[in-house]
Amino acid sequence: MTTTTLDFDTIKTQEYLVNMGPQHPSTHGVLRLVLKLEGEIVHNVDPVVGYIHSGIEKMCESLAYHQIPHLTDRMDYLSAHMNNEAVALCVENALQIEVPDRVKVIRTIMAELQRLASHQLWWCVMGMDMGALTTFFYGLRDRELILDIFEETCGARLTLNYSTPGGVMFDIHPNFQKRVKDFIKYFRAKLPEYNQLLSGNVIFRERTIGIGHLSQKDAIAWGVTGPSGRASGFACDVRKHHPYSAYDRVNFNEILRTEGDTYARYQARVDEMSESLDIIGQLIDNIPEGDHQVKMKGIIKLPEGEFYQRVETARGELGVFIVSDGKKNPYRVKFRSPGFSNLAALNHMSKGVKIADLVAIMSTLDLVIPDIDR
Amino acid sequence: MKEIIRYLNDIIKGLCTLVKGMAVTGHYFFHPKLITTQQYPENRATLKMQERFRGEVIMPHDANNRHKCTGCGICEMNCPNGSIEIITRMIETPEGKKKKVIDKHIYHLGMCTLCNLCVKACPTGAIVMGQKFEHAVWDRSQLTKVLNQPGSEIMTDEKE
Repeated sequence: MTTTTLDFDTIKTQEYLVNMGPQHPSTHGVLRLVLKLEGEIVHNVDPVVGYIHSGIEKMCESLAYHQIPHLTDRMDYLSAHMNNEAVALCVENALQIEVPDRVKVIRTIMAELQRLASHQLWWCVMGMDMGALTTFFYGLRDRELILDIFEETCGARLTLNYSTPGGVMFDIHPNFQKRVKDFIKYFRAKLPEYNQLLSGNVIFRERTIGIGHLSQKDAIAWGVTGPSGRASGFACDVRKHHPYSAYDRVNFNEILRTEGDTYARYQARVDEMSESLDIIGQLIDNIPEGDHQVKMKGIIKLPEGEFYQRVETARGELGVFIVSDGKKNPYRVKFRSPGFSNLAALNHMSKGVKIADLVAIMSTLDLVIPDIDR
Repeated sequence: MKEIIRYLNDIIKGLCTLVKGMAVTGHYFFHPKLITTQQYPENRATLKMQERFRGEVIMPHDANNRHKCTGCGICEMNCPNGSIEIITRMIETPEGKKKKVIDKHIYHLGMCTLCNLCVKACPTGAIVMGQKFEHAVWDRSQLTKVLNQPGSEIMTDEKE
């Protein structure tokens, strides 16, 4: 029998293109990545977006201002409340309406609950992307409790449409405070489980530490916001630097990390979960009395001009830009979605990594595809 | 030699973290009461949605087949995606006055985003959100519903 010996130094590999997606479980939706590979090494990532472009910005031009929030539910469906809030705040600023304190506090609590729910889903999907199916069940188990709170007060679990221009849709349910307090107590006890299951796991650490590095300079240059940007040391928390709603009356830390790798982005989100619990804990006992809605006109007309409002969603900075020509419909609406900007940095972060690492990097960016395509 | 020690060290450390993770899952394995999974289709009898849950738009009728809808069309105007169509007709009241009443309140569940704007805008509280959430049907046409029941009429204040 003759044995052939391969001299690996002389074998030339060829660059080739592979489509990852649009139907791929780890892209979390219909995102297509055109990968330029050499063997298993990624040389270039070219995201192709637009597979579920639904024209939300254009549809907004034919809707009245109180109808716009229900469409923004469908953009970033995991931070539906923050999207509603952004539009509501923008319209309120344009009309120079001061909403009651009660509304501000309710909105802040709801936004933090939504952030928790989003981070819980991100955490369990992150584990699943890396092959740890167990985490999926643990994250969803805790998220279910938040969705129950939403269902009781807002009437929906995912597409809340709770924040409307001038207030919130319903007053809080009588059980709301008790349920939220129970949840905080429950989740504080369960959060260490998250670290035990995934953060400390040796396989997980080996696959994340030092992978997909993004420096602070690059994070700022690419406009990577949210926990992904803060993991690179970019202090970009809108809640801290440009407070809206009731964020100016709570104490919380902006989670900043300096490593900028996949593990730092992971840890930033896990730490943010406990910060969110702190914020809710500070507010839940002091919800001021008052109305849950300012009396608004049946048809809201904004003064002529351009209005911009930004909020911190679970993924980063969401900006709402409304151009009004004084009619009952906006002339133009533009959403600055965090997912789109974060995706732009993916190519920069994933040059020279393996395909399996690309999945991990993409997972820590926490992409929601309707948010990118809108 | 150092390499080997580090290699062995890594293996032991790795096993420790695996055991740590397994301890969490093992805890639930031996404490099945802590598991919160719902057996969905089997628990239909006990499964109750919250009172504010938005499942579909319905129009409640009382025992005498009467509803509160005046046919004003405000819900139709407030609907962002045209899920509601109001068809009215004119009738003559016993006093000889002409009055506009609702003929058909057509509701397209397939187009509805359950945003609650129609229910919020309704001046008489004629439409509310129902609790039903199992909406799957065999044919798309079944998703278009007429909310006011045949032969129903409006509740008048003096009869209440």
